[in-house]
Amino acid sequence: MSPLAAIFMRDLRLAVRVGGGGGIGVLFFLIVVVLMPFAIGPDLTLLSRIGPAILWLGALLASLLTLDRLFTADHEDGSLDLILMGGTPLELAIAAKAFAHWLTTGLPLVIVVPLLGLFMNLDGRASAAVALTLLVGTPALTFIGVIGASLSVALRRGGLLLAVLVLPLTIPVLIFGVSASNAAIVGPLPFGTPFTILCALSLVSLVVGIFAAAAALRHGME
Amino acid sequence: MIFGMDLGPHADFIVAAYAIAAVVLVLMIGWIVLDHRAQKQKLAALESQGVTRRSERAVERLA
Amino acid sequence: MALIDYANPTRFLGFAERVLPWLIGITALAFVAGLYLTQGAPDDYQQGATVKIMFLHVPTAWLSMFGWIVMSIAALGTLVWRHPLADVAAKAAAPLGAAFTFLCLTTGSLWGRPMWGTYWVWDARLTSELVLFLMYLGVIALWHTVEEPSRAARAVAILTLVGAINIPIIKWSVDWWNTLHQPASVVKLGGPAIHPAILTPLLVMAVAFTLLFVTLHIAAMRNEILRRRVRSLMLLRAQAAPGSAS
Repeated sequence: MSPLAAIFMRDLRLAVRVGGGGGIGVLFFLIVVVLMPFAIGPDLTLLSRIGPAILWLGALLASLLTLDRLFTADHEDGSLDLILMGGTPLELAIAAKAFAHWLTTGLPLVIVVPLLGLFMNLDGRASAAVALTLLVGTPALTFIGVIGASLSVALRRGGLLLAVLVLPLTIPVLIFGVSASNAAIVGPLPFGTPFTILCALSLVSLVVGIFAAAAALRHGME
Repeated sequence: MIFGMDLGPHADFIVAAYAIAAVVLVLMIGWIVLDHRAQKQKLAALESQGVTRRSERAVERLA
Repeated sequence: MALIDYANPTRFLGFAERVLPWLIGITALAFVAGLYLTQGAPDDYQQGATVKIMFLHVPTAWLSMFGWIVMSIAALGTLVWRHPLADVAAKAAAPLGAAFTFLCLTTGSLWGRPMWGTYWVWDARLTSELVLFLMYLGVIALWHTVEEPSRAARAVAILTLVGAINIPIIKWSVDWWNTLHQPASVVKLGGPAIHPAILTPLLVMAVAFTLLFVTLHIAAMRNEILRRRVRSLMLLRAQAAPGSAS
């Protein structure tokens, strides 16, 4: 197995086990979405109107809060130093870890959307639209978040600092994600336009994210 | 009539904009001036305690 | 003496001492000229006297972006050349940029209320300018998180370069999206689209504000260099204290 594949499989296995980030992200997503009607009120028409937005916000927060662990666990047990010193290019190693993180944290959020859509009084078409935009948009959230995660491990500060730094950068993803969902549900904008931009954002953040994160780790771990 | 100008029906907004700009600029300038003084004071205090930079000590040694 | 010689912090202090009095002088003159032209500017046929807010709003908008560009260039200096003066320049620019962004948002809001009927609207340009303000605050928070200056500088440099993508978005947002905010009328292909009687005060105020930024930046850089000296001297003192291991 190549070193890159080994990093990837290791992260996958760790995430799925007890103490990993996999299940808890979905649980947080569920709780946040359930909290909303308590705050907003049970008006079903209102909930279905803002449903896509709430689902997107919940996914954003759930992604963000699980990113904290991406590098800190490795830093604590010394494997981050091994990865940095190893022969694999750091950018690719980060990409492998981020991809594993998305598979175990982002993708489960997408799978859970049809159920949560019920809570938001979204019909099948609307839920499908939100799920599709999240499928394409959560990679962007992961790769942008990787920048914050690497900065917080390099600086040995976590918590709110990471969120404060990363959230402004995720705003375009949020805007286009919700816009695409609403376009599919209500129109009149065609779904394709914001959806394509969302795809573009994910691809750009993939590249920018791993290079920025690698730079942060290199500069921070001296 | 502000400074001899007729600022029309929205005079309050114009005055408020210039006032806020003036306040923020004064605060910026004030902070930089006060910070300068504070750093100079700290440096003088350290110098009087005999703590100096390597380059200044080198000058003393050579003198 | 070549420009690169000013890269030495001590030499920079000397440079700052010599240059600042002149800069303060011409900045003050520029503001006097600008304010004189502002108060003499004719009323706009659509906006009346509120066009006078534009003489504040547009320069502060330009400088809010200029601040981030200065930080980005400094960030390159930090990451690529490990230049100590680059760290200082980046840190000094952040509060200045944040202040100008704040002024841009507030003067714009005060201009929007009489003109559009609302203090705020979530259109592309206002939103991206607000995001810029949040990013400035994030950078300032980061500077105050890490005690050691050069480590902080490297982290901030990465964040600055990633955030630089917002600057072209702000500039072209009014062209890319249908927005409430009016499209570009000064810096665009084909030259400015504003009448000289209004363009001249605007440009003079822009020059005045830019000179102010440069003056304050150099002064703030000087303060930052002094602050670092205080810090290293205090570390020296702590090491030399009786009873401490040395």
